[in-house]
Amino acid sequence: MCYFVSWCLCGEGKKCIMALLEVKKMSHEFGGLRAVNSYNLEIEAGQIRGLIGPNGAGKTTIFNLITGIYKPTEGDIILDGKEITGLQPHKIAAFGIGRTFQNLQLWRHMTVVEHVKLARYSRISYGLIGAFFGTPKRQKQEAEIEEMAHNLLKMIGIDHLSDQVVTNLPYGDQRRVEMARALSMEPKILLLDEPTAGMNPEELIQMMEIIRRIHKELGMAIFLIEHRLKVVMDLCHMIQTLNFGHVIAEGTPEEIQNNPKVIDAYLGRESVV
Amino acid sequence: MLKRRIGDLFIRVPLLGWLIGILIAVTLEHLLGDLLVDVLGLSKIPVLFGFVIMLKKPLLMPGVILYVLLIYIIPISVVARLSAWPANRLAARLLDFPIWFSVVIHLGLFYAALHMWSGISAYRVLTLKLTLIAIMVTLSLNVVNGYMGEFSCSHPGFMALGAYAASVVTVVLFVNDRLFGPALLAPAFGPFIFPVALITGGMVAALGALAIAIPSFRTRGDYLAIVSLAFMFIIKSMIENLEVVGGPRGLSSQPDYASLPIVFLWTIACIWMTNNFVQSILGKALNAVRDDEMAANAMTVNTRRTKIVAFLFAAFWAGVAGGLFAHVIRYVNPATFGLQKLAEVLAMVYFGGLNSVYGSIVGAVSLSLLGEALRPLEIFKWIIIPLLLIIVMIYRPTGLVAFKELNVRNLVKPKQ
Repeated sequence: MCYFVSWCLCGEGKKCIMALLEVKKMSHEFGGLRAVNSYNLEIEAGQIRGLIGPNGAGKTTIFNLITGIYKPTEGDIILDGKEITGLQPHKIAAFGIGRTFQNLQLWRHMTVVEHVKLARYSRISYGLIGAFFGTPKRQKQEAEIEEMAHNLLKMIGIDHLSDQVVTNLPYGDQRRVEMARALSMEPKILLLDEPTAGMNPEELIQMMEIIRRIHKELGMAIFLIEHRLKVVMDLCHMIQTLNFGHVIAEGTPEEIQNNPKVIDAYLGRESVV
Repeated sequence: MLKRRIGDLFIRVPLLGWLIGILIAVTLEHLLGDLLVDVLGLSKIPVLFGFVIMLKKPLLMPGVILYVLLIYIIPISVVARLSAWPANRLAARLLDFPIWFSVVIHLGLFYAALHMWSGISAYRVLTLKLTLIAIMVTLSLNVVNGYMGEFSCSHPGFMALGAYAASVVTVVLFVNDRLFGPALLAPAFGPFIFPVALITGGMVAALGALAIAIPSFRTRGDYLAIVSLAFMFIIKSMIENLEVVGGPRGLSSQPDYASLPIVFLWTIACIWMTNNFVQSILGKALNAVRDDEMAANAMTVNTRRTKIVAFLFAAFWAGVAGGLFAHVIRYVNPATFGLQKLAEVLAMVYFGGLNSVYGSIVGAVSLSLLGEALRPLEIFKWIIIPLLLIIVMIYRPTGLVAFKELNVRNLVKPKQ
């Protein structure tokens, strides 16, 4: 396998890029409505990708399709060379896709550190015997997870809140908890659904800083949906624009900014009577 | 003000101090109880802190109150307060050893106190055993209704399965019975096989739970409530029609294996295991499933497996509790495990507090004792207890001690 290098040789000796996450011709229908139409995506290791588009364009649907909450009507999703189309969400997550949600989906009776610990679920090996009888193996494993959780919370900057119940936290911190929870899975790729939605300018800058730091320190591939063009333009290497389930433009931030189709989709066509 | 002054007085008393106080109080009752009863003009030692006597003969009220003060309240508070300092030192020393050592000492003292208290009358022993069993059932139902946030109504059914399975094992093996013929094993083996019988009961209950779990955990919502309610009625009428185990007449002549220490040990085992489970990450997954199943799924939690495991676990303990129940009463009939039992258990769970081991203990103990204490009121009992439940639901919708973790180390540590 060559995903460590992300470069490898293709059949005829040519150099080509092995994508970490590859989506091929994915479509999805809700009844008669085609929400996503023949969607293609290739994300390489260490890349930050942006997905923009007006409301109702199908952005979150694409996330839900990739993470297995919906099953695509057609198409394939391949993660790191493994076909993951149609698997159960928890299996896809365990294969290495971490995500956050657009409207916070935290567990309202649990503390911050419990959130981060729980995302290690698939890596726990002490089993039910350990859970019922509190074996030494379990004590050891949970102590390790606890330590890891605190390190992660320090990195995100909310370790001082670790024993708070999440509903008591301000909005910006709740967003960070979601981020920490997703990172705790040690995913290969992180899907962020509007990570700065509803934030004030100060929180926004902090969140962008966190995303940059995650990318730099963990070298993780990131795929993010965003409404604020400033965020995508600053962070992303490549951007896709979606409208009514179709990709209407794909390219670097500069290319997207000047693309007439994108301007149309966002601002509407200028009509002359 | 007064409340705070009293609180300040006792804030430094560790659990060990309270246990010593209780132990001395019950010893006092053993030695001086009869004497005091004569002096105060009561006919016999009040069995449940005098509630029954007070309700039956209000004229004896002052005597009963004086008895409770002199035998329980004053000795316990004085001894607890005076022994606070040595008890704290002792508790601190105990923590130098592994935690289980300290826990065993505390449990030993507690059991000794219970044993002496219940030694006064057979009624106390029976009430105590039934209360302990109620704790097990409540706690196991709390795993499903509280920790997992589903609504299950099948606990009486699981108890019935456990009760009958365990009874059949012991009756077939150790009793010369009209239904099952002569005993197969010498009675000397009985106490050793009894745990096996109880575990068999638990397993049978868990097997029954699997039949509910497979169809109803595909989705969330009210399905489980409906399916489990149906299951309870199916079990009841199935047993009513099974002539092998006596049909509606019930099954009797269980051997007398469920002594107080045995019931106590099983209750402790149930509390210990449940507490272990709900505090592990695998157990926390239950809370995640309850609060947001989609998020739990996206964070690698296998939600279906989590739900099934918890449901089977709860059913197992309900089955064990049922087995103990059958051997405490030494008679079971299907009518015991009907709607009334269900209402009782649900009331205990919601009264005590969801998502909390303490809550289940508080709920089970308070409602069991209240049910006994208010017995002289006859039909009015069933007005007062539901009223209490309504008041609790209004002021504390999740129950008296909800969402509180049982931390054993905090419980046994010195208070200084």
